Amino acid sequence: MDVFKLNVNGKSQTVDVTGDTPLLWVLRDHLRLLGTKYGCGVGQCGACTVHFNGSAMRSCLLPVSAVGDAKITTIEGLSPKGDHPVQKAWEEVDVPQCGYCQTGQIMTAAAFLKQVPKPTPEQIESAMNGNICRCGAYHRIREAVQLASTKTK
Amino acid sequence: MGNKKHTGRRAFLRQVSLAGGGFLLGFSIFHDAEAEEMDALSRIPGADISGFNSYLSISKDGTVTIASPNPELGQNIRTSFAQIVAEELDADWAKVRVVQAPLDTKRFDRQLTGGSGAIPHSWKRLRTAGATARRMLIQAAALQWNVPVEECSAANGYVLHTSGKKLGYGELAEAASRLEVPKDIPLKAIKDFKIIGKPIRNVENGNIVTGKPVFGLDFYREGMVFAVIRRPEAFGAKIKSVSAEAAKASPGVLDVVTFRNNVAVIARSTWEAMRAKKLLKVEYEAEKTLESTADHERIFTELMDSGQAQSKRKDGDVDAAFRNAAKVVKAEYQCPFLPHNPMEPMNFFAHVREDGIELVGPTQTPQSARKAVSDLLKVPEDKITVDITRLGGGFGRRLKFDYAVEAAELSSILKKPVKLVWSREDDMAGGSYRPAVRYRFEAALDKDGNIIGYKCRGVGLNEGNSVRQDNFPSGAIENVLIETVNHISPITVGAWRAPVTNFLAFAEQSFLDEVAEAAGKDPVQLRLDLLRRAKEKPVGRVGYDVARMETVIRTAAERSGWGTRKNVFQGFSVYYSHASYVAQVCEVALKNGKPEIQKIFAVSDCGIVVNASGARQQVMGAIVDGYGHAMFGKLSFREGEAEQKNFDRYRLIRMTEIPEIDTAFIDNGIDPTGLGEPALPPTGGAVANALYRATGVRIRRQPFVEQPPFRKTTG
Repeated sequence: MDVFKLNVNGKSQTVDVTGDTPLLWVLRDHLRLLGTKYGCGVGQCGACTVHFNGSAMRSCLLPVSAVGDAKITTIEGLSPKGDHPVQKAWEEVDVPQCGYCQTGQIMTAAAFLKQVPKPTPEQIESAMNGNICRCGAYHRIREAVQLASTKTK
Repeated sequence: MGNKKHTGRRAFLRQVSLAGGGFLLGFSIFHDAEAEEMDALSRIPGADISGFNSYLSISKDGTVTIASPNPELGQNIRTSFAQIVAEELDADWAKVRVVQAPLDTKRFDRQLTGGSGAIPHSWKRLRTAGATARRMLIQAAALQWNVPVEECSAANGYVLHTSGKKLGYGELAEAASRLEVPKDIPLKAIKDFKIIGKPIRNVENGNIVTGKPVFGLDFYREGMVFAVIRRPEAFGAKIKSVSAEAAKASPGVLDVVTFRNNVAVIARSTWEAMRAKKLLKVEYEAEKTLESTADHERIFTELMDSGQAQSKRKDGDVDAAFRNAAKVVKAEYQCPFLPHNPMEPMNFFAHVREDGIELVGPTQTPQSARKAVSDLLKVPEDKITVDITRLGGGFGRRLKFDYAVEAAELSSILKKPVKLVWSREDDMAGGSYRPAVRYRFEAALDKDGNIIGYKCRGVGLNEGNSVRQDNFPSGAIENVLIETVNHISPITVGAWRAPVTNFLAFAEQSFLDEVAEAAGKDPVQLRLDLLRRAKEKPVGRVGYDVARMETVIRTAAERSGWGTRKNVFQGFSVYYSHASYVAQVCEVALKNGKPEIQKIFAVSDCGIVVNASGARQQVMGAIVDGYGHAMFGKLSFREGEAEQKNFDRYRLIRMTEIPEIDTAFIDNGIDPTGLGEPALPPTGGAVANALYRATGVRIRRQPFVEQPPFRKTTG
């Protein structure tokens, strides 16, 4: 067991775990940031997506020992009041069905739109292709990313 | 779920109960209730209220809180239920809150999610609840103003008087709740609906997009331990020996428990349990035949020809019809086992205490879960509470409650609160699959291309009845034989979204396309001709509404420009399931000689649409689901073991692969029927039929990607 000092959502957090513990489980079990979801544990579904220094990253495959002083942002830290343009677009388009994958989808979309603020539909599709939605809400996810791109300055 | 005192409320409930005695109407009004209290409220002993299907409270500030009894797994029931109550209540939707009710069989009927049945079951009950409460609020206002009730009306959370006076529901709730509950309150005319039918957004959106802990996996309790279970990799295997030393020595591990055919690792955290599980050394031995996919092929072939068939329907003289046929069309269709793969893996919290059991988690069947735990642990059901969290998908998987029972058993062994978590691999390889089925269809045509005989035989692996004998085209053909054969396999199955029909529809609707071609008829016309026969001269029982099916067919043909489109190839399909009718047209284009599935038109008749946004979501999601699994879904076995255990080898449809979808609904004012499932069954057939038109290659097996025209040789 080792002590790791993490920067999560702008706050310094200390956890005492073994270094191989995936960031996903540190967030969930130790920091009780439960918006980051466990879906597959092998980096295939994207439900566990967080921001690692601003880029979308799968937290299920990232050992806590590799986080270092990177700035980690989870869905809880994406916006102060749940009012990030992507979150607002998600509500406006009425995206969620079961909703389980949506925080991962939103984190992927938010990081993508920061890099590509005015994407084409094809760019959206390829950026979002790593995130599975088992309910098949893809049409609305695509629409919401497009809408969010008009809301970001 | 706080620990507030409920003495005041208990007294109040009793009072209402005595004064009104009419709770059977299916609602009650409580003044000044809080959502957090409602869970506890429903467990108050002595509040012996039966027949509920929802209940509502109105607080002093006018907030209307509606408890939704059915598990929410993405079908949007929490929003739709509340809309129905709020409509008849004439509530201000902005002031409506919805909470999940815990399992309470005294108050609620059919507290389960499955079979697309919640809305049809609850429609009248919820409307009556809202309408009756509205009448009581009006009565309370009339009393207060000392005016005749007839001079009062309600709108948007207020009671209005012809003089212009008005009072908010919050101001009236307490007085209204003391009135006798009126009976036989008329319901609104459909034309007066203001909330039902509107595209009202999911009431949980805010919680979901901000990552609030609403799912079962998000439930944490101080002092709980985390459990994972190692189960046999192969169906039909049992534990021979367990060596747990390495796992026990792994950091954070508290215990290793062997029970039944399971080895559970108990740890302080999820990851510590998962990590240690890999260190278990478990030897297994075969208890039953370890079946491989190749065995299934052989079993299908054998049973198709010589299996003990159970006849499900026999009309006329089938043998004579085939003897006299000018032409016989015959084809076989097959689908593999499929896992459900809800995004939230199975999990449950259980705390078995001296005085009772607490269960919390995602389940489609809280009542069955409770009963199973009660039976296993010999604890009466009234000592077991079940709190229903939001479900991260279900698709039928969570109709099974095996994981809830495992959690309870572990808690009982460990005497601790336990959180059981399945990994994705546990879920995908763990067995609750859509059964694998092979169908053989045969049609006898006369010289004019009319179908004079029809046979369908389904061979299922753990599918008790793989046919739907009274469904279309039964009733429209003089001589019919529908049979089913079952093979009992160690591979365990379960209801998978639109059970049986999720594959039968593809097979049957593809076969009808083959028949249309052999008969030289347009596929849409063939179906319409059959329906005319079923209407004018029905044969035996007709398990579907001919007019409704005809309407969706005609509307879909019209909307898609059937037969008039240039440069695209269209395929047609229609299916009746879960009391609803859905017709679909798929469009395929050829790009550099390769087929590209571009668009699917769907026309649905589910009666009155409760939520225009949610209904579209259900249809689009079901089509993506049906299409994705038809194209890619495959679970194969080698010596009893699933060969695909996670999304690296099991392909689920992704965003770049979806077709465009056009949705339309028939507006016929019929009471609502199911919508969680009915749009899924027709999709595979529409797609396969369009692919045939485009390429001349008939697909008779799922997954499509392993078949020509996508692959040169059959896999």
